[in-house]
Amino acid sequence: MQVTSSVREPLVTGGKTYHDVTHDVSRQVEGKPTLLWFLAFLTAAGTLAIGLIAVTATVWEGIGMWGLNKTVGWAWDITNFVWWVGIGHAGTLISAVLLLFRQKWRTSINRAAEAMTIFAVICAAMFPVLHMGRPWLGAYWALPLPNTFGSLWVNFNSPLLWDVFAISTYFSVSLVFWYIGLIPDFATIRDRATGLRKVIYGALSFGWDGAAKTWMRYESVSLILAGLATPLVLSVHTIVSFDFATSVIPGWHTTIFPPYFVAGAIFSGFAMVLTLMIITRKVFKLEDYITMTHIELMNIVIIITGSIVGIAYITEFFIAWYSGVEAEQYAFINRATGPYWWAYWSMMTCNVISPQLFWVKKIRTSIIATFALSIVVNIGMWFERFVIIVTSLHRDYLPSSWAMFYPSITDVGVYLFTFGLFFTLFFLFAKFFPVINMAEVKSVLKSTSEKVRK
Amino acid sequence: MERDKNFILGVYDDEDVLLHAVSEVRTSGVKIHEVYTPYPVHGLEDVLGYKRSRLPIAAFLFGMLGTTLALTMQLYMMRFDWPMIIGGKDHAAIPDFIPVTFELTVLLAAFGMVGVFMISSNLKPWAQPRIFDLRSTDDKHIMAIDIANNTSMEVAKIQEILKSSGATEVNNKSFE
Repeated sequence: MQVTSSVREPLVTGGKTYHDVTHDVSRQVEGKPTLLWFLAFLTAAGTLAIGLIAVTATVWEGIGMWGLNKTVGWAWDITNFVWWVGIGHAGTLISAVLLLFRQKWRTSINRAAEAMTIFAVICAAMFPVLHMGRPWLGAYWALPLPNTFGSLWVNFNSPLLWDVFAISTYFSVSLVFWYIGLIPDFATIRDRATGLRKVIYGALSFGWDGAAKTWMRYESVSLILAGLATPLVLSVHTIVSFDFATSVIPGWHTTIFPPYFVAGAIFSGFAMVLTLMIITRKVFKLEDYITMTHIELMNIVIIITGSIVGIAYITEFFIAWYSGVEAEQYAFINRATGPYWWAYWSMMTCNVISPQLFWVKKIRTSIIATFALSIVVNIGMWFERFVIIVTSLHRDYLPSSWAMFYPSITDVGVYLFTFGLFFTLFFLFAKFFPVINMAEVKSVLKSTSEKVRK
Repeated sequence: MERDKNFILGVYDDEDVLLHAVSEVRTSGVKIHEVYTPYPVHGLEDVLGYKRSRLPIAAFLFGMLGTTLALTMQLYMMRFDWPMIIGGKDHAAIPDFIPVTFELTVLLAAFGMVGVFMISSNLKPWAQPRIFDLRSTDDKHIMAIDIANNTSMEVAKIQEILKSSGATEVNNKSFE
């Protein structure tokens, strides 16, 4: 029995029937691409092509093309890596954690958010792979493969190796979780189609027939995958933070890093989900499915995680002072007042102050304000990683080797490449895959739609 | 009459009507072949009398396999095959092996369970499903009854039971 609340807003507005859900989502896949889609796709593909020049230069000439020097040996690459991985976290949070908490509003956004996760992790993986310099040999350095050096194995004591396992497991489990959810929807499209489309979506749907027994197993698989993905997503950014926290660099060597990184990841991820969703709902006319309630709830998650991040910044500062360790204290004073002060204060403004604006109901229910702030948050989170990484390295223990980091044009180009890759993949997904999980939306429709309830 | 060829289909619009209908049809002695729904209907497996899925057990066993393999691999490589002192740690630095062990546990549990799910539900790209009614992936719930399985009852009687249980349409479907 479905129970309807008289207090809560309906999840799907506009009095949709089951058939309306099928039609509204499938027509994006079945129709011809619009001019707007072509323009967006070509822009993304163009960015990808321009960025490819920088990627080629990196592989051809070597890492010397980047702005790194012997003091700052890690800068844009790892900043972008952590930034992209962080963005991915919101997708898993929405599809797995909200499933475990039985939050029904996740149903209309989980598909696109998970797609975002997968594409963001692909973009993230570009950076460590390129930083290997000779990526074609990378498998020997990253995976425990037998080799002719002994075998001399990879170092299982190193957080960098843990990262290899964490990111690849995260990527493959997310991909499977996403695909299992897509199968019933591909079957819906298959049963509406004729000709070539029927063949393609028929293969993609793996012969799904919607039998009650298969649904029972599907539900069981979804629940267990959600249960596995929840600790997995927390472990991924925890391990990413270990890359820094297990070192002895002032500003990195702190135990607060794992929870602080996970909160930051969810914070930036939800901002990216909002950026993408606000555009998608508008372009595909899905305002009845991704409603103001969804946007408001996501903004509330941003307030919470943004506040956790803010408290973490202040805690770090306090502990640096309280520890009495001079190098640690200097690292933090240097962040706020040193040559990179502008990066530090951009981070503080974008991440600590801007999300607090969402306490005002008018702002968190305004599309324009949400869109603008979602971009501000992601700029802030990029600066957070830049500040942590570069300011901690550029003035190390030996003042004679203090240096500055300036990105080269290749650094910028590689970053641009990942943007192109991300949006190219997202636009292809939005055109050829159902952007909303039709089956799951239908399963919550009865408690929310007037027309179906009767 | 040959089994698995000729079916009577009850078409239902509403999930709650369907749930009642399944109990009614079963108590009246008709054996249901399967129910096809466009989305997961909660409680349907209970009224159909299906046993709980054992997939979580498969996931647990694959997870255990992952844990064992990961720990064995790391201990063999770091402690026995090529021991090296790294950061002054013990060769068998078990706490350092936990992250990779956790990841491989999750990886094997997820892939193993999904693999078993695919095999047990016959999901594969080249599968040719038998579709009773194209609307069963859109907005209709389809109850399929194998005539050969219900020879003790007249076809007209079964159709009558389906009608009175709330089916909006009662159709026949035959497969070659």
